[in-house]
Amino acid sequence: MSDHAEHRPPHLPGETGVWVFILGDMLMFAAFFIVFMSYRSEDVALYVNSQHTLNQHFGALNTFFMLTSSWCVALAVEAGRAGWQARAQTWLLGAMACALCFVGVKFFEYSEKIAAGFTLTTNDFFMYYFMLTGLHLMHVLLGLGVLCYLWFSLRATPSAASMRTLESGASFWHMVDILWIVLFALLYLLR
Amino acid sequence: MPSVFKLRVTWLWLMLIVATIVSWEFGHGLGFGDNYRLSTSAVVIIAFIKARMVILDFMEIRHAPRALRFMLEGWTVAVAATLLIIYWQSA
Repeated sequence: MSDHAEHRPPHLPGETGVWVFILGDMLMFAAFFIVFMSYRSEDVALYVNSQHTLNQHFGALNTFFMLTSSWCVALAVEAGRAGWQARAQTWLLGAMACALCFVGVKFFEYSEKIAAGFTLTTNDFFMYYFMLTGLHLMHVLLGLGVLCYLWFSLRATPSAASMRTLESGASFWHMVDILWIVLFALLYLLR
Repeated sequence: MPSVFKLRVTWLWLMLIVATIVSWEFGHGLGFGDNYRLSTSAVVIIAFIKARMVILDFMEIRHAPRALRFMLEGWTVAVAATLLIIYWQSA
């Protein structure tokens, strides 16, 4: 099942600077998750009732797209490492397609909510819902730009530097996936 | 690069999808009798197990310098524990 040797020297996937950014972002979101949970605990009924108005199928569908795009990116890194640039590009296209589906579902979901009269100012739950998913969506859009950049960078002759770039972008994209996994649980599934 | 179906990340992706379906069910009545608090705890724990799977094998932190692995695994444990403590205290 594993294609890796069990023992190999430690390897940082990507640039150090990118990891500083990723860790900072994860800390910021950790604070948001905790603030959300604290305010929720002060008015559970409001949060639960508001949450019932969300369409959970959208949340689950977007989790599927996010996990699948992350998988495609992991495969692109494997292919890039094996020196198969064209195959890596194909997997990146798959990842971008999933990311675009995520964005499409999100806009559909937003427009449905806004049409039903739910906005940022409806109540605390919807303020957090729009703020957290909106901030995450900005990361997805930034990530889409990163995936495009990686696709173009794979046209160059493979080198240690280009592999490092691929790993940096991939690590950022996986972080966007991780944040969505937690947001899906907090916003759609808590009872 | 071996066939996609022989790669660890592919099995992991399948497990992540299954874990999503299980946690979705916990959010919809599957659970421990009337105790929805245990179901919610399961939802939170599954979410952070999924996050750890992505960290270790998609991000390849399993093979990263130990300090980075410690920080990321620490993030999952600390955030999950804090969320669960806040959740259970609001009884």
